[in-house]
Amino acid sequence: MALLEVRDLSVVFERKGEQPFTAVDKVSFDVEPGQTVGLVGESGCGKSVTSLAIMGLLPRRGAKVSGSVRFEGANLLDLSDKEMRDRRGRDLGMVFQDPLTSLNPVIPIGLQVTEVLERHRDMPRKKAMVEAAELLDKVGIPDPTRRLSEYPHQLSGGMRQRALIAIALACRPRLLIADEPTTALDVTIQAQILALLKELVRDMGTALVMITHDLGVVAGLCDEVNVLYAGRVVEKAQRHELFGQPRHPYTYGLLSSIPRLDAPRGEKLVPIKGSVADNIPWTQGCAFAPRCPNALDVCVNVTPAQEDIGGGRLLRCHNPVRPEVAEEVTTA
Amino acid sequence: MVLVLSLLVFAWLRALPGGPASALLGDRGTEESRAALSKQLGLDQPIFVQYFRFLGRALTGNFGNSTGVQPGDSVVDIFLQRFPATIELSVLAILIAIAVGIPLGYLAARRRGGLFDNFSVGASLIGVAVPVFFLAYLLKYVFATKLGWLPSLGRQAGDIDATRVTGFFVLDGILTQEWDAAWDAFVHLLLPAVALATIPFAVIFRITRAAVLDVLNEDYVRTAESKGLLGTVIRRRHVLRNAMLPVVTTIGLQIGALLAGAVLTEKVFGFSGVGEALALGFERRDYPVLQMFILVAAIVYVLVNLLVDLSYALVDPRIRTR
Ligand SMILES: Nc1ncnc2c1ncn2[C@@H]1O[C@H](COP(=O)(O)OP(=O)(O)OP(=O)(O)O)[C@@H](O)[C@H]1O
Ligand SMILES: [Mg+2]
Repeated sequence: MALLEVRDLSVVFERKGEQPFTAVDKVSFDVEPGQTVGLVGESGCGKSVTSLAIMGLLPRRGAKVSGSVRFEGANLLDLSDKEMRDRRGRDLGMVFQDPLTSLNPVIPIGLQVTEVLERHRDMPRKKAMVEAAELLDKVGIPDPTRRLSEYPHQLSGGMRQRALIAIALACRPRLLIADEPTTALDVTIQAQILALLKELVRDMGTALVMITHDLGVVAGLCDEVNVLYAGRVVEKAQRHELFGQPRHPYTYGLLSSIPRLDAPRGEKLVPIKGSVADNIPWTQGCAFAPRCPNALDVCVNVTPAQEDIGGGRLLRCHNPVRPEVAEEVTTA
Repeated sequence: MVLVLSLLVFAWLRALPGGPASALLGDRGTEESRAALSKQLGLDQPIFVQYFRFLGRALTGNFGNSTGVQPGDSVVDIFLQRFPATIELSVLAILIAIAVGIPLGYLAARRRGGLFDNFSVGASLIGVAVPVFFLAYLLKYVFATKLGWLPSLGRQAGDIDATRVTGFFVLDGILTQEWDAAWDAFVHLLLPAVALATIPFAVIFRITRAAVLDVLNEDYVRTAESKGLLGTVIRRRHVLRNAMLPVVTTIGLQIGALLAGAVLTEKVFGFSGVGEALALGFERRDYPVLQMFILVAAIVYVLVNLLVDLSYALVDPRIRTR
């Protein structure tokens, strides 16, 4: 049995005086113990909402969540607030996008680490402090004992993200969700943080859901990748298959818009044209159709179903990229 | 800075129409008697001469004698005698405003858009909009005149013979263990304090509510939730603590603004504090009283804000270490 089984997860935001907005639309994926699964897609496709729904952190009012999120067999969506609080931080950890705003500015780092230890591991404050120093050390923060009494503003962005990772992993959760953990950091720090995450989840045997818009991150980290578009999974594949042979025109577009060092001089990058604003609703056809170079008439009239194309791959497309063409973009 | 303030106060007072002489003599005073009185008070001199005389004496702690409020008494004595009353009143007022404003503001934010929220936001709007003296009269009319629950005038009932130690009546009663006197002084404080507390309460309530709403949307609150912390810990440690930052500043400003309210409130309740003296001082153009009292008020205001800045540093580590 998978550690996490997400089935037909949908999130609909109801807004006063407006049409309800479906941010996540019947998303399904599995995460095996210790596995790293990527959720990839451009801004606004529903990545964060998916992760918040799994964590039970969506606002209670205005957000309707349906489907199921089974974690070790129990449907998290059915749990009471208290049961969910018991699991968050202990079984499920989360690292957020912006380390600058994700730590409480007015309490010391130490307390922000120890409070989770006190809560879930019944540690007295003193013992938790020792443990917190070890945790900070483990995530590569130098001079951890001194850092415990410092405040977030005294740490650099990279250090703060390390601290947040230490907090999320403090109770050795079986699942860690990282929502664009490197987006707010500069490139060299990004690489360090990714390497750190990779090492930690391997050592602890923690499963990781890696959320990103950056295929480079996916290439270095993930075993399996789900590509999201406008709230739906449009392609799912093992990492090397996705990079070796992207079949959905959107995935293909994403991969061809990555600059490559070995590309012949003068070769142009091919960005995906248009923006999410051009989307048509999934209920009418394929949301990506208006931006899709392969679009046919059927694409704007019939909603494509998700098909199993063999090798554990899923695809939602009327006119996928042909395998021969797909192989040309190989980058990883 | 105090020097600049003193000059401003001085110049502003002289610019007011009518002078002490006409105020003292009323309409019956003749041109001659006015001139004579002015001369006696030193008001016939050019204004800068008057100012330097005032300054020279002020530096030695001599602010002259009252001409209208308590004619003949030393201004400093009048001040010392009245100051504790105003402090007692202001402290109780600001405590009421804080003790009611912060919890209600917090609750309103938590139940945003609900009945309680809408009701209390409406009430706080009325709170800032209603003139203090109107509210003071209303309270006095309802609770003192009509219902007779609370005394309507003064600081202490006439039939109580209390021993004075500090001039703070409630404190005196406690120190001398004259419990009836302490209680009576406290009861006398209630109505004026509530009237005086209205505006600071309304402002503190609104700022708390807005601050809590802001903080609830902060990323670090979501982080705290993602750790599975208990609701009470999140509320106290993460939400309230951050929401208090703007509230602390507001409280400082409101303490400063209390004096303006005290002038009106003390007048209505015949509460013999600094505010009442100021009100009388204006009516009777009592320059010595006004000069000293306004100057001291300005200094107190500056000190309070300094204190607020210091306490702000206590709650916000970002200011402490920079
Ligand atoms: N609380 C909310 N109320 C209403 N709509 C929301 C809410 N949260 C998110 N949305 C909408 O849901 C959609 C998906 O948002 P989400 O934050 O999941 O995007 P994302 O894929 O994480 O993008 P990014 O890469 O920018 O973080 C967006 O269109 C957003 O406007
Ligand atoms: Mg996001």
